[in-house]
Amino acid sequence: MISEALFFSAVLFTIGVVGVLTRRNAIILFMSVELMLNAVNLSLVALSMLHGVGGQVFVVLVMTVSAAEASVGLAIFIAVFRHFRSVDVKDMNLLKG
Amino acid sequence: MTLFYQFVFYLFGLIAVASALLFVTRKSPVAAALWLVNVMVSLAALYVMMGAHFVGAVQVLIYAGAIMVVFLFVVMLLNLGHADAISDIRSLGWRLGAGGLGLVLLAFLLSVSRAPWPRDAVLDPRPANAVAPVAGALFRDYLLAFEVSSLLLLAAIVGAVVLAKRSSRT
Repeated sequence: MISEALFFSAVLFTIGVVGVLTRRNAIILFMSVELMLNAVNLSLVALSMLHGVGGQVFVVLVMTVSAAEASVGLAIFIAVFRHFRSVDVKDMNLLKG
Repeated sequence: MTLFYQFVFYLFGLIAVASALLFVTRKSPVAAALWLVNVMVSLAALYVMMGAHFVGAVQVLIYAGAIMVVFLFVVMLLNLGHADAISDIRSLGWRLGAGGLGLVLLAFLLSVSRAPWPRDAVLDPRPANAVAPVAGALFRDYLLAFEVSSLLLLAAIVGAVVLAKRSSRT
């Protein structure tokens, strides 16, 4: 069961990476990052079956960090939207030479 | 592991992968968020099947219940889910397929609730024991990380309020 869970975790992580790389809507891009965090959580839980309960504690901590990241990131997107009137990441090119 | 257990594990894993694919390909942010909720709930089912009951419950409460609601709040606050992108009503074939799938799931649920559970399919027969190991590790071995994460949450609250607040000059 552990190898299957690790396989699903890898597939979900890959889908999250593809989402980050291909989407232009900043909110969907951010949700893809959440999907990658979830994939890592799945592999942590699967490996906690082998190595004790520490992996589940890590999952709880990852969830805390991801909640903090979501709140701050979405606040940044609200500020960006007020400035650019869009959340398309193509419009955020101030640093482009 | 019984065959039934294995089958349900694969089923939820495939649901998670299929929902993730649909999530990546949706145009509307609201539809994408709902597919991501589907991924998270099936991941919670996988956690419970692997014996991590507490993590499964927290996954539903925090990820599907809190974080995705914040995402949807922001989508609606910024008025990003436009009506043409939201209207997700498909043709008759789609609706019939969804209805058939619902019937299959209902029959599945009925058969599960009728059948006596095999003893060895349940990993942790004592639900009172589901939280205690995690709590013991969290509050003994990882106490410093726990306290630091509370500090991180406080900083995130303050940061979110400062960033999203309308400045008084404009």
